[in-house]
Amino acid sequence: MTTTNIQNEIIDNFSLFEGDMESTLFYLMDLGKKLPTMPDEHKTETYIVKGCQSKVWVFPTFIDGKVYFEADSNTEITKGLVYLLWSIWNAQTPDEILTSELFFIDKIGMSRMIGSQRSNGFANMIKQMKLYALAYRTKDA
Amino acid sequence: MLDNITYIRAQFPILHQEVNGKPLVYFDNAATTQKPRQVIDALKRYYELDNANIHRAAHTLAARSTDYFEATRKTIQQFINAKEEAECIFTKGVTESINLVAQTWGKANLNAGDEVLITTMEHHSNIVPWQMICEEKGAILKVTPINNSGELLMEEFDKLLSTKTKIVACVWVSNALGTINPVKEIIQKAHSVGAIVLLDGAQACSHMQVDVQALDCDFLTISSHKLYGPTGVGVLYGKRELLDAMPPYEGGGEMIKDVTFEKTTYNEIPYKFEAGTPNIGGVIAFKFALDYVNELGKENIAKHEDHLLKHFVDGVNQINLLNNNAINLVGEAKSKVSVQSFTINNMHHFDVGMMLDAKGIAVRTGHHCTQPLMQRFNLEGTVRASFALYNTTAEIDTLLQALSSIVKFSNR
Repeated sequence: MTTTNIQNEIIDNFSLFEGDMESTLFYLMDLGKKLPTMPDEHKTETYIVKGCQSKVWVFPTFIDGKVYFEADSNTEITKGLVYLLWSIWNAQTPDEILTSELFFIDKIGMSRMIGSQRSNGFANMIKQMKLYALAYRTKDA
Repeated sequence: MLDNITYIRAQFPILHQEVNGKPLVYFDNAATTQKPRQVIDALKRYYELDNANIHRAAHTLAARSTDYFEATRKTIQQFINAKEEAECIFTKGVTESINLVAQTWGKANLNAGDEVLITTMEHHSNIVPWQMICEEKGAILKVTPINNSGELLMEEFDKLLSTKTKIVACVWVSNALGTINPVKEIIQKAHSVGAIVLLDGAQACSHMQVDVQALDCDFLTISSHKLYGPTGVGVLYGKRELLDAMPPYEGGGEMIKDVTFEKTTYNEIPYKFEAGTPNIGGVIAFKFALDYVNELGKENIAKHEDHLLKHFVDGVNQINLLNNNAINLVGEAKSKVSVQSFTINNMHHFDVGMMLDAKGIAVRTGHHCTQPLMQRFNLEGTVRASFALYNTTAEIDTLLQALSSIVKFSNR
């Protein structure tokens, strides 16, 4: 599936809550539980994306032209968003990751999580995943 | 108590709105309080009718804005019972007030081996300025520890206080815990060894009666925005003899007597410390906040807030009875104001804050600019609810109901 298709599916699922913030957050926290377990040995200082309150870890690998991510967060709501991002970008090519627009965040009412808030690691995670993709593309070229 | 809460709430326009489809419940008052209509109108009136630079020109607007500006100084002098108006210096807020003292009094009076005594529950703004000047001067920063309820260990304070102590810089009321510190005792003890005392009054001044002469404190710092006034305005109170002897802080307009390229002589206090054009409109509007608090009466406000705090703590205890003590109160001092930190088992404070926001409830989450205090409790952060004069028990019930459903979710 393309990253656009995956995002449209996410938006469809969230539209059931009709913008109700509380149900959205409960659903996000449940989604977070679906994230594959990230081994503790990869949750090191090197792979941490820092935020004042919520932290995120991202560990990339590059196999056969595709980027694979392991990821986790110390807070449940951010972990739900991390899961969504993982479901979009995991096992995609560096080009797909670098060119895709993340339009789902705004559509599910979570745009504040990528705003200027220094309190959460999610905004920095997006940048970090793109940086990994860029590094792999450069290496692959 | 505050009799007519509906009337009081009507004076705070911001409270009457919906957030995420729910009526706003504002419980982040320790971060900043909302402003009554009188303050908002005064700000608007200043820019519409009176805007002019103060203490300079001969024209009517300048005279008017100067008069109003100085009227606030008179009001704050009476509000804290300072001996004279000149002892009240306008700053940007508590942070600048403390930095001013550290950089001027500290520069002139601290030497290698001298000690500055603070407490574990200080806000970063009463830690970092002292660390900076201590590093520069080779002075030593000492810290009075606290017990598990969040109260100062006064026997440890007694041990740390000595003739080496030059200043005790102490928070009057803790922003994260709500603890009211025994500042009268601290001041007496500090003076007995020849040390002076700076009180961080950021949280205290909206809840407590303030009388700097009765306290005999040497410096008191105040932020307008935590006292229902505008942001960007604060006060440094200092005893005249200390302020007179201190070197100036910033150089510029207003703070000079005469300037030549060879030498500049400095103005008298308070102007010596008020370089540059201040936040004139903010200072003028601050008077209306002080008048408002005076009108309601500090004692009435305190009774109302104490009642709110008790209502909240009783409600939390009730939730805990049914849910295996899922909510942990942080800061249970015997003497405290209407600020309550807490954590919920199996829930990160950031998630709790987001879920409460979804219900229209504004609380603070995080370390509250008191990282060493959080470390003392082995916490990364807490959720903090802080109640003000316009809050109601019905709003607290809304918070308790939301916490109850979060606790149930966390137990799934």
